Amino acid sequence: MAKNTESNVYTVLFATGMVLVVGALLAFLASSLKDKIAENKRIEKQQNILYAMGINENDESSVEFVSKNIVGEEFNKYITKQLVITGANAVENDEAYLIDLKKESALAKNNNYQRRLPLFVGNKDGKESYIVPVRGKGLWDAIWGYIALDNQLVIQGVYFDHAGETPGLGSNIKERFFMDDFIGEHIMDGDTFKGVAVSKSNADPKNIRKTDFAVDAISGSTITGDGLAAMLKKDLRMYLPYLKTLNQ
Amino acid sequence: MGLLSKKDLKLITDPLADNNPITIQVLGICSALAITAELKASIVMSVAVLFVMGLGNVVISLMRNIIPSKIRIIVQLIVVATLVIIVDLVLKAFAYELSKTLSVFVGLIITNCIIMGRFEAFALANGPWKSFLDGIGNALGYAVILVIVGFFRELLGSGTLLGIKVLGDPIEKTGVYAYGYENNGFMLLAPMALITVGIIIWVQRSRNEALIEDN
Repeated sequence: MAKNTESNVYTVLFATGMVLVVGALLAFLASSLKDKIAENKRIEKQQNILYAMGINENDESSVEFVSKNIVGEEFNKYITKQLVITGANAVENDEAYLIDLKKESALAKNNNYQRRLPLFVGNKDGKESYIVPVRGKGLWDAIWGYIALDNQLVIQGVYFDHAGETPGLGSNIKERFFMDDFIGEHIMDGDTFKGVAVSKSNADPKNIRKTDFAVDAISGSTITGDGLAAMLKKDLRMYLPYLKTLNQ
Repeated sequence: MGLLSKKDLKLITDPLADNNPITIQVLGICSALAITAELKASIVMSVAVLFVMGLGNVVISLMRNIIPSKIRIIVQLIVVATLVIIVDLVLKAFAYELSKTLSVFVGLIITNCIIMGRFEAFALANGPWKSFLDGIGNALGYAVILVIVGFFRELLGSGTLLGIKVLGDPIEKTGVYAYGYENNGFMLLAPMALITVGIIIWVQRSRNEALIEDN
């Protein structure tokens, strides 16, 4: 069967057909897998929050979350309160962890919208931690994370993740050697908010000084590191009015 | 005679050395520079490309008689993108942790010019089985170079291999660091990947004069 595959009519028909087939296939696949993917994302959020407050199965250098099967129970056990902060009010809400930070920050650009800030209160072995979710921009795409603070606003643990930082360079923000440097870092200098910088000229590579408001940067990922520091500064600042009331 | 005839076998072995997609055809350089700072990333990328190229070549080969030549590049692009998105969605639903590792590679796979290059140069003119072998062969050729470059960049740049500190601890000054050795941070940046690829090309051509072009 000889077909004239060069004619304009055939070309247009082929293109239309291909778009329809591929579009239908992908739409079908995406909608039939949607629930499973959403469930995986929800579990991941719980795992990340628990990771930041030190509930994980890490061995010496790996990053291991609590397993999928028990994460729901562990989450209910260790997270004692979930708060939604709007302005000066903090209201308890058991689904605060499902608040989409990206949508909130987009809505907040609208002047009339009072941004909702989720905050998780955890309790491990009698010690309270306050876990703040943060979200910002890396080099290629979004970066986000969870910062666990104690009531003196000293970092107890962090978890960072990213959508598309360069493998082997910026993607290392989710490696232990980087995340563990944040533990014990202070974010306040007396009453002044400092945040934690990701510093290339850090004179403290062993990370002994915990009040220098800086951790050692990763070679080759300057923009990701700068974006991460900016994210901490911007998002932690929003929680300050509430966090400052904790140690009074 | 085994499973593969001599001609078929050549489709797989040629791209490994004498017709290597990176060092001879100089394709796929962008991703070879971007992700070879670590050996692990090189390996993951190699496996992903192996899968997409093997399957994509077959799909294009099956469609080769009905694709209008005017829009063939767009059709090829759609096939690669669709395959990658399908894999990404399925992994997100059934192997979430694995999909987290792979997600950063998705963009790099779609834009990998070796894939488009093999569709254009081979799959459009050959049957599915040959195209499959050609896809696997070229992906392996790509993998060999990626792993070599990743090995040297991680070893010399970070002093580790697959994240394991093989040279000792640079901060505690153990292993070779005790004797004053320092990691070369420059190895982690893209220019050193290009220089490493250049050295491989140099070594390869000095060993096989047939590869040197006359000018």
